[in-house]
Amino acid sequence: MKGLSNPARRRRRVAIDAAMTMIILVLMVQMWLLTATLESYLAGHRGVAMPALLSTAALFGVCAFLYRLVVRVDRMQEPAGASRAEPSAGPWRLDRR
Amino acid sequence: MDPKDGSSMKPVWAEEFSVHAAEDAYVQRRQFTKFLVMTSFGMVAGNAWIWLKAVTAGERTEWPEAIVARASEIGPGTVRFFSYPGPHDPCILVRRTNGEFAAFSQKCTHLSCAVIYAPARDRLECPCHEGYFSASNGRVLQGPPPRPLPQIRLARRGDDLVAVGLVPAEAE
Repeated sequence: MKGLSNPARRRRRVAIDAAMTMIILVLMVQMWLLTATLESYLAGHRGVAMPALLSTAALFGVCAFLYRLVVRVDRMQEPAGASRAEPSAGPWRLDRR
Repeated sequence: MDPKDGSSMKPVWAEEFSVHAAEDAYVQRRQFTKFLVMTSFGMVAGNAWIWLKAVTAGERTEWPEAIVARASEIGPGTVRFFSYPGPHDPCILVRRTNGEFAAFSQKCTHLSCAVIYAPARDRLECPCHEGYFSASNGRVLQGPPPRPLPQIRLARRGDDLVAVGLVPAEAE
């Protein structure tokens, strides 16, 4: 793909991939936290609800920060003269007339 | 709109598939990231719901009293089924092989299957996933159940066995 041969764009994609991976990891921790909190609540241990809520809110803050990072990186201007992805990029050939 | 006619109009495929493949993938990942963040917010909402339930529910202090059975009618190693505290809360009254009475919620704490009493082993067993509970206090002996069985507090009034509440979880 011609668009991926642009180093700046490739770096941005790597940054976005890294942010997505981080978000997925944080999300897994949040899922575990939710199930553990629910389990504790059903077992009658209600004291864990507040710390769990604060923790998951902090993790959501991390996710939101990473998402903003992704959006910012995505909107960064490409350097002058950088090539964008051609419509022919992909497994098929799209001929322009 | 046949591309073969040499006109400058867009062919049909260009209208049907009018996005650039590479850019489309690029945007979709951003959308996927947005979806992940929204899911993360859903986790926060779930935890907030649990916290609200924990704050507003409070500890139940008053329990109804219900006559469960006559003690003389239940022999050692046998059981009696009843509902407590509500009509949709199935419970099991057990007369253990040593003669003691004990009552528990009949819902397994794993996936809510009905537990049964095994007099030969003097324990409550969940046949679904082989979860075993102690017949003396409902403690988990083996298997996937994460919590003990809720125990019903019993009082004996003459020959009547009366359910008077639930044993608090912390006391177990």
